[in-house]
Amino acid sequence: MADCNRKIDNVEQLNEIRERMKEKLKPRFEEGAAIHILLCGVAGCLSTGSLKIYEEMDRLIKESGKEKDIQLVSTGCMGLCAQGPLMVVYPDRVMYTHVKPEDVEEIWNSHILGGKPVERLFATESDGRKVAHALDEHSFYTKQLKIALKNCGVINPLSIEEFIGVDGYKALATVIKEMDPEEVVDLIKASNLRGRGGAGFPTGTKWAFAASQLERKKFVCCNADEGDPGAFMDRSVLEGDPHSVLEAMAIAGYAIGSDQGYIYVRAEYPVAVKTLNEAIKQAREYGLLGKKILGTDFSFDVEVRLGAGAFVCGEETALMTSIEGNRGEPKPRPPFPAVKGLFGQPTILNNVETYATIPRIINMGVAWFNSIGTEGSKGTKVFAVGGKIRHTGLVEVPMGTTLQDIVFGMCGGIPKDKAFKAAQTGGPSGGCIPAIHLDTPIDYENLIALGSMMGSGGLIVMDEDTCMVDLAGFFLHFTVDESCGKCTPCRIGTKRMYEILSKITDGKGEVEDVDRLNVLARNIKNSALCGLGQTAPNPIISTLRYFEDEYMAHILEKTCPAGVCKSITKFFIDKETCKHCGICKKHCPVAAISGDRKTDFVIDQEACIKCGECFKRCPFNSVLHH
Amino acid sequence: MANCCLENSESKALLDKLDEVIDKYKDTAGPLIPILHEAQGIYGYLPFEVQLHISERLGIPLADVYGVVTFYTGFNTKPKGKYVINVCLGTACYVKGSENILDRFKTTLGIDIGDCTEDQIFSLEACRCIGSCGLAPAVMINDDVYGNVSPDDVESILANYQL
Amino acid sequence: MRNVNITIDGMKLNVPGDYTILQAAKEANIYIPTLCFLKDINEIGCCRMCLVDTGAKALQAACVTPVVEGMNINTHTPKVVEARKVNLELILSNHVARCQTCYRSWTSCELQTLANKLGVDQERFSGEAKKYDIDVGISIVRDNNKCILCRRCVSVCHNRQTVGVIEAIGRGFDTHIGSPFEKSLWETPCVNCGQCINVCPVGALRECVDTDRVWAALNDPTKHVVVQTAPAVRAAIGESFGIEMGTPVTGKMVSALRMIGFDRVFDTNTGADLTIMEEATELIDRFRSGGKLPMITSCSPGWIKFCEHNFPEFLPNLSSCKSPHMMFGAIIKSYYAKKMDINPEDIVVVSVMPCTAKKFEIKRPEMHVKGLRDVDVVITTRELANMINDIGIDFVNLPDDNFDDPFGEASGAGVIFGATGGVMEAALRTAADILSGASTDAIEYEEVRGFEGVKMAEYKVGDVVLKAAVAHGLANARKLLAKVKAGEVDLQFIEIMACPHGCINGGGQPIQGSSVRNWGEVSALRAKALYREDKKSYYRKSHNNPAIKRLYKDFLGMAGGTMAHQLLHTHYKEREKYPENK
Repeated sequence: MADCNRKIDNVEQLNEIRERMKEKLKPRFEEGAAIHILLCGVAGCLSTGSLKIYEEMDRLIKESGKEKDIQLVSTGCMGLCAQGPLMVVYPDRVMYTHVKPEDVEEIWNSHILGGKPVERLFATESDGRKVAHALDEHSFYTKQLKIALKNCGVINPLSIEEFIGVDGYKALATVIKEMDPEEVVDLIKASNLRGRGGAGFPTGTKWAFAASQLERKKFVCCNADEGDPGAFMDRSVLEGDPHSVLEAMAIAGYAIGSDQGYIYVRAEYPVAVKTLNEAIKQAREYGLLGKKILGTDFSFDVEVRLGAGAFVCGEETALMTSIEGNRGEPKPRPPFPAVKGLFGQPTILNNVETYATIPRIINMGVAWFNSIGTEGSKGTKVFAVGGKIRHTGLVEVPMGTTLQDIVFGMCGGIPKDKAFKAAQTGGPSGGCIPAIHLDTPIDYENLIALGSMMGSGGLIVMDEDTCMVDLAGFFLHFTVDESCGKCTPCRIGTKRMYEILSKITDGKGEVEDVDRLNVLARNIKNSALCGLGQTAPNPIISTLRYFEDEYMAHILEKTCPAGVCKSITKFFIDKETCKHCGICKKHCPVAAISGDRKTDFVIDQEACIKCGECFKRCPFNSVLHH
Repeated sequence: MANCCLENSESKALLDKLDEVIDKYKDTAGPLIPILHEAQGIYGYLPFEVQLHISERLGIPLADVYGVVTFYTGFNTKPKGKYVINVCLGTACYVKGSENILDRFKTTLGIDIGDCTEDQIFSLEACRCIGSCGLAPAVMINDDVYGNVSPDDVESILANYQL
Repeated sequence: MRNVNITIDGMKLNVPGDYTILQAAKEANIYIPTLCFLKDINEIGCCRMCLVDTGAKALQAACVTPVVEGMNINTHTPKVVEARKVNLELILSNHVARCQTCYRSWTSCELQTLANKLGVDQERFSGEAKKYDIDVGISIVRDNNKCILCRRCVSVCHNRQTVGVIEAIGRGFDTHIGSPFEKSLWETPCVNCGQCINVCPVGALRECVDTDRVWAALNDPTKHVVVQTAPAVRAAIGESFGIEMGTPVTGKMVSALRMIGFDRVFDTNTGADLTIMEEATELIDRFRSGGKLPMITSCSPGWIKFCEHNFPEFLPNLSSCKSPHMMFGAIIKSYYAKKMDINPEDIVVVSVMPCTAKKFEIKRPEMHVKGLRDVDVVITTRELANMINDIGIDFVNLPDDNFDDPFGEASGAGVIFGATGGVMEAALRTAADILSGASTDAIEYEEVRGFEGVKMAEYKVGDVVLKAAVAHGLANARKLLAKVKAGEVDLQFIEIMACPHGCINGGGQPIQGSSVRNWGEVSALRAKALYREDKKSYYRKSHNNPAIKRLYKDFLGMAGGTMAHQLLHTHYKEREKYPENK
């Protein structure tokens, strides 16, 4: 049987595959005769047509008969999503952006056959310059340090051999062949790795708790229920480098004495689910999951479980309750999952990024890992940068990098040169960081001190056109929607906070409403049952802290300074600066704008639905609001 | 579309499929949610008869099944349109104005969130982050993702699905 | 479990290591308010009233947080006090507080008591309140507008009863308690046991009230209204008037019923004695003729419906005896009517029961003789207490009175029907005498008493060995039946009561809130009252009851005979769980 043929029985066989694949992958890392064309095949690039591009390129390669010399690889996320679909041609390391199927032939003829890269498809810097070797030259990439994302965009996620070729499963081999479980736990402890999913609990401590339990059956769980709106780090790892997660889970299994893992993934990530299942299948075929891994007595297997649309299932006890087949409602802790978790057995739960970091720590050593980051937060953190930002995408930076560096240094700042107002980290559990704190080095402690939190790594940038009261309302609406409904403060309290916010954004707020918000926020934080409930008021607490004046403008002056809150915003056209171009009129969805070349452009306030399209579209900033 | 009676032959075929799914999972730990996922794949939604059947085969009260189904937004007890429009209201899309896109879909189709057009062609949903923040604001129709959508694009997007 | 040292409000304590903070505080006489917590039934820490400060990031729920060595607990810091108050205000903001017309108001509403205790005197957080239709079932009424989502009802329905017809539906602010697809309880396999009512801290659950029908009959001069009271009623109704728990108030109750205006006041214990005559005969008959064994008692209508839905294979095992009040109703409308020369159609039989399932039972198609319903109205113990209050009776100071003839006497065997194991014990008393052909000394069968979930005992009676089991609460019944089905146990006689602890803890009994139930044994006290009555009785075996002897002699003929079968026996059929949809 084919399966048997592929099974790796010992470390030597693993080493053989690694050496063979290293040779094969050489063009991507050093020099090499072969050409490797890597194309992002996931997420944004997939939705903008990378599959067609792949087919087109594949056709050209096949027609040319050069399959041996030219390898086409569909990879995971390359990071610079804003400019996708992305393609990189190795060994030249030339990155093409915004590639369309019709561009493929030109790339083929000019670059692949002719050796002359296609300049017009180079990545664009924030100043408009084109750079050929974006991976090495573009500010988006130069300041990154990739640990968790090391393999994303570099290997074919569906090829276990490519993964082995970049030192995949080497850490697992080291661990199960050369180390005792206690040594593994100690190593993770010594690395000072902290959970990348939210609160930053020390991973080694968690493992040690579970390892010290005497029960025979224990579980290793992976939280891939990435629910923060605006976060897609975990998705990228699962789609781009699934084996790293599997390898780390097996290492965790060895360390705590477990033979069964569960990955809890959002059903909204069908590609990630498919990729994971394929990776698990391959790992089993190669004997890297299953019974007696690498000829040792260690057995470990992994099962994928799908979420079904409940943000709260990102909370650890809720996640386990959901795997058990119940309503995903959190349970009081203690008992902690490390003592009594899934199916009542000791269980550890880490998130995707945490796992993806672990094999690298083992391969590179604790000292190396500890040399990266800040005093209390070691290593790197992946951020999904989105919102009002030029280079939307995925970045991995050492802990301690400033927000300034990420937003302006790497991601190109804010489009249309609007003013930076704040960045939101930590999703609905986090808070916003205003411009005055742009220079704070980002780590767990600093974010907490600023009233936000690391969360799983969503980083949403907001500009002057964002209303912070409305934004708080947006997050609260999310929390109200996603509250499980079990405990009083979260079920009713978040609803009441949202109602008060709506009252304020409708222009009906009173000064006492701010007091009410404060009382509710404080008490929900103090008394909700789970971490999600306890952090639900954070968006309100932090916007009140930094933008109380905006609340007051809504309450006292009944105006929305950003022109977002519809019931108290009026749009009008400034006759002085209006150039009669008619763009506003063209885009008004309800035909509320009249005017032509000779007569003034006027907005009919009765008909206006305050969608703000005219405001956004006007090239001369002649549409104003108050 | 599966209707109330499980008697006719088409229904029988679906029921056989459901039973296969239940057999596949019934001995795994925590079988309910995986079964519900696949059952919804078979029927398009989770009507009373399907939930009752699962409850009886697994030996768990129907109230438990229904409690689970109504807890997760991914499960539906009502049929959906042929094309499910998901307007992303994740943070990245929201700050880029996806609510206006949602409004446009509502007025164009004349339906509210969670509803289905009378001809059963479109259902409208608002969702939380489809992970395509790089394309914000984004709309997903079945498996197709549309990025950088503006309200003006709504009609042309819908045109792709209207015969 | 080793003891641990903790500090509560500065007080040093040494308590067992498996204590929760709530238990430890109780030991130190420190009051911590609770709302969702109900000992052994609902321990989920969801209402967030019992919050305490343990120095952790967030406040902890005392009801579910275990103590650990060195723990320093503060139960009333400003942070704690504010959090409790705010949470209570939030609950109140989504609770339809129609206190003036709520049956729990000022008697047993835990929410009201708590608001009062915590000094909640403002409504800072009013907002949208959910509106729900009231679900009126056959026995039970659910009003979600009053529900505070403590989930005690869900827990008791699922865990204690394994009936599981209600569950939290939806999520977040939309979460509500309901049946699948928002069906009414009567459209589900609900067994009408009413345990949900007993655990509800507010007025969201109650029985279908039938007192108006009783008053109407009493005020109709053409009707001869007969009331009968179940054994468990006398053990608990005193609680409704502030009489110490566990005090039997039989005499006062009879006085009150007479004052209300019933034409005759009878004791269902007589019906119980009759049941024993029939059931013991049936058992011996099955034993001797190779009939279906184990025979299972059929007095509990909650259990009967449970069996029909979940264990149809055991229907042939059910004793064909009707339950005591149904038998008695049939006798009243035949023997008694004839004796008194009253047209049976003019007789209204009212049963006062500790039970809500009896309201369903009297409506069953099986329960009539020649078109006449055996029993016309069932009211619960609580409803009777309300009737007594309605006409201003000073219950506490009533003199004692006796039940009416011709059924004035009943045996002690009948009275213990109200506690788990009672039917078994009463049957054994009679069966032993029948089998041995003499009056045996054995009266008290201790092995089948008490509150262990499943009790088993073996008795040598005459020349046979009888293996018996008793289960109370449907979760225990389910467990026992699974064992029988698997052939793990070999039994001849099983007693099953739907309600945990038996009828004394029935769904129609006076509601004792968590402040009592969390720290005391309500059922044990009520049971004690019944066993005391038994001990006091002159006749302690059903077959010695002269009224029963007379009844057979004058009217029924033989136990298990043709006449008895026509009036006192019935059969049950398999029942689909959700029949409306097939």
